[in-house]
Amino acid sequence: MIAAMMASSYNAKEEDGHHSGSSSHGGAGAVKSKKPDNTAFKQQRLPAWQPILTAGTVLPAFFVIGLIFIPIGIGLYVTSNNIKEFEVDYTGVDINSPCYSCAKNFSWNSTQSCVCSVNFTLEQPFESNVFMYYGLSNFYQNHRRYVKSRDDSQLNGDLSALMNPSKECEPYRTNDGLPIAPCGAIANSLFNDTLDLYYVDSNSTKTPIPLAKKGIAWWTDKHVKFRNPSGNTNLTVTFQGTTKPVNWRKPVYELDPSEADNNGFINEDFIVWMRTAALPTFRKLYRIIQKKSGTTPTLPSGRYILDITYNYPVLSFDGRKRMILSTISWMGGKNPFLGIAYITVGSICFFLGVVLLIIHHKYDTRNNSADIPN
Amino acid sequence: DREYNEKFQYASNCIMTSKYNIITFLPVNLFEQFQEVANTYFLFLLILQLIPQISSLSWFTTIVPLALVLSITAVKDATDDYFRHKSDNQVNNRQSQVLIRGSLQNEKWMNVRVGDIIKLENNQFVAADLLLLSSSEPHGLCYIETAELDGETNMKVRQSVSVTSELGDPNNLASFDGEVVCEPPNNKLDRFCGTLYWREKKYTLTNQNMLLRGCVLRNTEACYGLVIFAGPDTKLMQNSGRTKFKRTSIDRLMNTLVLWIFGFLVCMGVILAVGNAVWEREVGSLFQSYLPWDPPVDNFLFSAFLSFWSYVIILNTVVPISLYVSVEVIRLGHSYFINWDQQMFCSQCNTAAEARTTTLNEELGQVEYIFSDKTGTLTQNIMSFNKCSINGQTYGEVTDPLGPQQKKLDFTPFNPLADPDFCFYDDTLLESVKVGDLHTHEFFRVLSLCHTVMSEEKSEGELVYKAQSPDEGALVTAARNFGFVFRSRTPGTITTTEMGQTVTYSLLAILDFNNIRKRMSVIVRSPEGRIRLYCKGADTVLLERLHPCNQELMNITSDHLNEYAADGLRTLALAYRDLSEDEWEAWSESHRCADKATDCREDRLAAAYEEIEQDMMLLGATAIEDKLQEGVPETIAILSLANIKIWVLTGDKQETAVNIGYSCKMLTDDMTEVFIISGHTVQSVRQELRSGGGKKLRCPPPPPHPPPPPPPASPPPASPSPPSNLMDNISGEFALVINGHSLAHALEADMEGEFVSTACACKAVICCRVTPLQKAQVVELIKKHKKAVTLAVGDGANDVSMIKSAHIGVGISGQEGIQAVLASDYSFSQFRFLQRLLLVHGRWSYLRMCRFLCYFFYKNFAFTMVHFWFGFFCGFSAQTVYDQYFITLYNIVYTSLPVLAMGIFDQDVPDQRSLEYPKLYEPGQLNLLFNKREFFICITQGIYTSVVLFFVPYAVFYFYLTVLLPCTKRTPLFSLPVQTLFRIFPNQFHFVGSAQSTLLQPVVWLTIALATAICIVPVLAFRFLKLDLKPQLSDTVRKNKLRQKKRKMVGRNGRLGARSGSRRSGYAFAHQEGFGELITSGKNMRLSSLALATFASKHSSSWIDTLQHSTSMNNGFVND
Repeated sequence: MIAAMMASSYNAKEEDGHHSGSSSHGGAGAVKSKKPDNTAFKQQRLPAWQPILTAGTVLPAFFVIGLIFIPIGIGLYVTSNNIKEFEVDYTGVDINSPCYSCAKNFSWNSTQSCVCSVNFTLEQPFESNVFMYYGLSNFYQNHRRYVKSRDDSQLNGDLSALMNPSKECEPYRTNDGLPIAPCGAIANSLFNDTLDLYYVDSNSTKTPIPLAKKGIAWWTDKHVKFRNPSGNTNLTVTFQGTTKPVNWRKPVYELDPSEADNNGFINEDFIVWMRTAALPTFRKLYRIIQKKSGTTPTLPSGRYILDITYNYPVLSFDGRKRMILSTISWMGGKNPFLGIAYITVGSICFFLGVVLLIIHHKYDTRNNSADIPN
Repeated sequence: DREYNEKFQYASNCIMTSKYNIITFLPVNLFEQFQEVANTYFLFLLILQLIPQISSLSWFTTIVPLALVLSITAVKDATDDYFRHKSDNQVNNRQSQVLIRGSLQNEKWMNVRVGDIIKLENNQFVAADLLLLSSSEPHGLCYIETAELDGETNMKVRQSVSVTSELGDPNNLASFDGEVVCEPPNNKLDRFCGTLYWREKKYTLTNQNMLLRGCVLRNTEACYGLVIFAGPDTKLMQNSGRTKFKRTSIDRLMNTLVLWIFGFLVCMGVILAVGNAVWEREVGSLFQSYLPWDPPVDNFLFSAFLSFWSYVIILNTVVPISLYVSVEVIRLGHSYFINWDQQMFCSQCNTAAEARTTTLNEELGQVEYIFSDKTGTLTQNIMSFNKCSINGQTYGEVTDPLGPQQKKLDFTPFNPLADPDFCFYDDTLLESVKVGDLHTHEFFRVLSLCHTVMSEEKSEGELVYKAQSPDEGALVTAARNFGFVFRSRTPGTITTTEMGQTVTYSLLAILDFNNIRKRMSVIVRSPEGRIRLYCKGADTVLLERLHPCNQELMNITSDHLNEYAADGLRTLALAYRDLSEDEWEAWSESHRCADKATDCREDRLAAAYEEIEQDMMLLGATAIEDKLQEGVPETIAILSLANIKIWVLTGDKQETAVNIGYSCKMLTDDMTEVFIISGHTVQSVRQELRSGGGKKLRCPPPPPHPPPPPPPASPPPASPSPPSNLMDNISGEFALVINGHSLAHALEADMEGEFVSTACACKAVICCRVTPLQKAQVVELIKKHKKAVTLAVGDGANDVSMIKSAHIGVGISGQEGIQAVLASDYSFSQFRFLQRLLLVHGRWSYLRMCRFLCYFFYKNFAFTMVHFWFGFFCGFSAQTVYDQYFITLYNIVYTSLPVLAMGIFDQDVPDQRSLEYPKLYEPGQLNLLFNKREFFICITQGIYTSVVLFFVPYAVFYFYLTVLLPCTKRTPLFSLPVQTLFRIFPNQFHFVGSAQSTLLQPVVWLTIALATAICIVPVLAFRFLKLDLKPQLSDTVRKNKLRQKKRKMVGRNGRLGARSGSRRSGYAFAHQEGFGELITSGKNMRLSSLALATFASKHSSSWIDTLQHSTSMNNGFVND
């Protein structure tokens, strides 16, 4: 390094020498000035804003935060409280539970599905659209091996991926030499209980409640991310040469044979399931109960029966299954936390503001003299 | 005889300073880069990620940043190497004349072989280490300049072995068939030993016969040399080892912290792996129906093991690769700001400040000790004849820079031989000369006769003086302008032009200068035959030797001298004595006796001189200004207000150094005491140190073996009685002046501590008569004992060692060559720029770097720890919370610009303020802004933020269990482009639609606002309290700026502000003994212009000796 410097430096000298030999002090005036440019950037004079945390700025900020947060919190809390939610656990752990026998006698091989019914009563009528969820607990949909076990190319309708799924899907990639469609652990564990809701009116007649099964998935998922291979015509042919996931009872092209745009990979129940949950206790949208015209509530108060086709075993890992009915507001579902949190934070800010104000007034004497030791 | 020499496989003369060529570049460069721990670590991560069971992130999350970093570094290395190749090529392809088969042929340098005979011409570079065979000058002498080797600009003499010097012409040389046996190649510039066997005789070879590569031949028409060492074997190349790589304390701290973080990472990995084991055993095993283990995993322990590595991958963002890159970028930015600073640009020399090292910027904000050279650094090394007192009349006004500019005297109409550069402002003196005032004439006659200057008259009237000290040059030039022109000298005569008439004096004797005598005299016989002794010397010495009748004049002159000294001028008194023929004869006899004496010659001579230098008549006194560089006193004042201690290390004499100390306000009369330590023995130095140290501070514990206090050999410092309360008195201001030989003792192992404690308690320390080596030792001493950041500033080759050993070396690009600049980390052309470099750039750099580091560690902890918390909810499976693109780009895209912008541009107070309030510099010295405590605060804050970032959304979603990943901080950058991308790579863009779907939900926004508020509010409150109750100075300054716009510090002006008080001998004359003898001997008269060089080589066998051992007696040539 230094050698290079030395070498180069005496190069320079030598050249100087030659110059001075020929034209002694000729070009001294013509030497280009190396003076740095006088730009705001180079001279570090860029405009700057230097906020100073003075009492004049900080204390009002605290009060303002408090004043903004507390009303928001109250609003959220009230909204959340107005949301009606009903939850019923139908796992069948308890021996008195109607689904106990279904849960107990579950076997993977049985072709006969077990049906059980849960009775429940809604104390209050549910207005507006009601969302029906199923909830699972202790189900680790967020486990890394689980999350990665899917093939997005296959789900997007790629034909080669359909026949040759990604290695990520192992061990649910092939079965008996045939590629699984859809492959992977997520798809394999698709929630396949069927829930039907009936209203029992005063004279004990069961009125089925219409459950909309479309419109529950994200638009982008339904239209961008998930596509059936080669369009939606005749899925049976398209999926020829593939096999159904091990745990499934029917192949993917029979998920909803009644509606072509809800069958195959673009079945919305399937899409919802494929969007993995972040926490081991989660709920997923199952059906939407559209509000009725007129003033009648969507779900009037009264007795209801939930018919469950019990296909999905969770007892082996101590899981729970729930059915949730919920109305919705502008802020989504019932969420008391957010409102309480807002109120708490707002109050703390306000309180801090007061405390700081007191401290500031009590101890702040030298600030006025503002002497600088030097 | 090339064929014969080929056998020995000597190195060729081709030099290679480049590291790579096109083929080796990639492997070698990559190998070097992977020697960096950080890079290897990321390579290791990359390998881990390629194992599918472990890979929690896909491989590109690591390879993108790694490739980026590697390629940037590689490009930088390649550019550097390209320039090295270019410069190598240029050097290798220089032409030189080689004697091949009896004829001279042009050869490229790289084709020169060991054993070749090369012809060098004037002003050519020496191509290799040569043995000088013969030269065009008599006696085989030749002159070289060694500026490239050691930075000394004066010339050195080399002489060939007498037998070879007779081989004049190429034909004889061609048949030269001697054999040289010498030591193996080494890097000692001043030593060479070898033997020449020729014609069955042995001749010893020394360094005196060698021409080293890198030297330039001067004043010699041509010479022939035999190549001894070529290329990499030459002393130049052997000396060009890699310089010690300097690291800043922040660097070291950063490395420690990174190791800690790494340990922390492993801990987290272990915790999560244990968690994984437990989970897999308790839960995972039951969950197998939905999620079986991956094939190689068959039990929970193995799974835990893999999970550990997975977490190491995920959490690696706490030790981000971008840290090192960002730090480099920031430093580079700061260096550019230094280079671009207009206020550090010197328009006279057209040089801007230059940050030659880009790695030390923030250390500039932590400097506690400055070691400064004097000459050329504090002073301009220009002496100007400023005032004089002739026969009780003082002449010469102090030029007042603020007042109306007085007219500079124009000498040309009066004296055609005048030097146009000479400045003098008092025309009364010129009038006095013109009217023919005898005293004035005699005064200037002394100046024109009593000196050892050589003159060179290139053409008629164009005189060039070669003075061995600038003081003397200034005096002779003054005489020249006032009509007493020194024209030329021979060993026995001095020719002058006095008021237009040429007069030749015969020079009878030169009573030479030395340190003890502090005066010099000449005895001349004027054309009229009068014999007169002219003397100039220190006032203290000279005034004692005056004729009693001078009493009145002496008093007046003394007053003048006091005034001059108070102005910080260097003074000399002038006197003469008429000698009768008899007196002269008698004295001349005794002088001859003394001269011939074999024992105690020095003493006898001194006695003889003493004998004649009596009863002199006072003529007057001169005052020479050793011009300080612009703004030096102001700079020193500001720096010492910033609590920076300034030590002056100079090769100059004590008087000169003290004088400069006063004129640049390092020493003031307000100081309680100035200790002067000049003992010659260990004991006396110890004694002096003790007396100084004991007087003022916490008495050093009594030594284990108290030596009986002998009276110091040199005059002990006159001191008032020791103050009783020691602790109180530490605040008093003390200064320490220590001499080179005392310093040598003080630096011995057993006295170091004492010396350091005494010296550090002093406000100013001046070390005079120190050698370059001692300069470095002093720096090392402080580095060792004080753990403080040191900065050395100097301009000459003798400062190189000091510059290299200090934490930061600053080179002043002045007149003394570029050696100091080459060795330095920063260079600029004026000492006063130092205050801007330290107080503005250094302070900012430190502040920015500290804030950057805090911010950086904070953001990475806040980011990464979320994964740790999430681990508890995802079965410790190393699932990431964020999308992997977000992880990849988080450090290199999303968050790099904010931290970089802050690291490069942040300013807490504007630059004028940091100069106005030097105290702002202190946090850096105390290392307050980034240390382990600050680091932990950052980390804690980061962890707090991560808790908020994770648990607030968790709580929200626990109650509102939608299907989303908690994507609190994900930026809504893409939505439409992503859909397109998704169509192309469906496997890579899982997050398609997430943004659209989530951001439409008000809950997401409410959660973001809530999390932000929870994160910020406590910090804000804490900061506000801190600011309100315990404001830092910088905060106060900023507040004040808001309140009152104008608050100016009391101006510190005044160039040579009058200092009243005790008389100090202003006598300061950088002069050297032995020169007079040289002149009178007439040995070198033929080479008058080279007399200096010859002298140097005559007196010290090698020039490097001069450099290294210029302890006490020698400093005229090693200009410092």
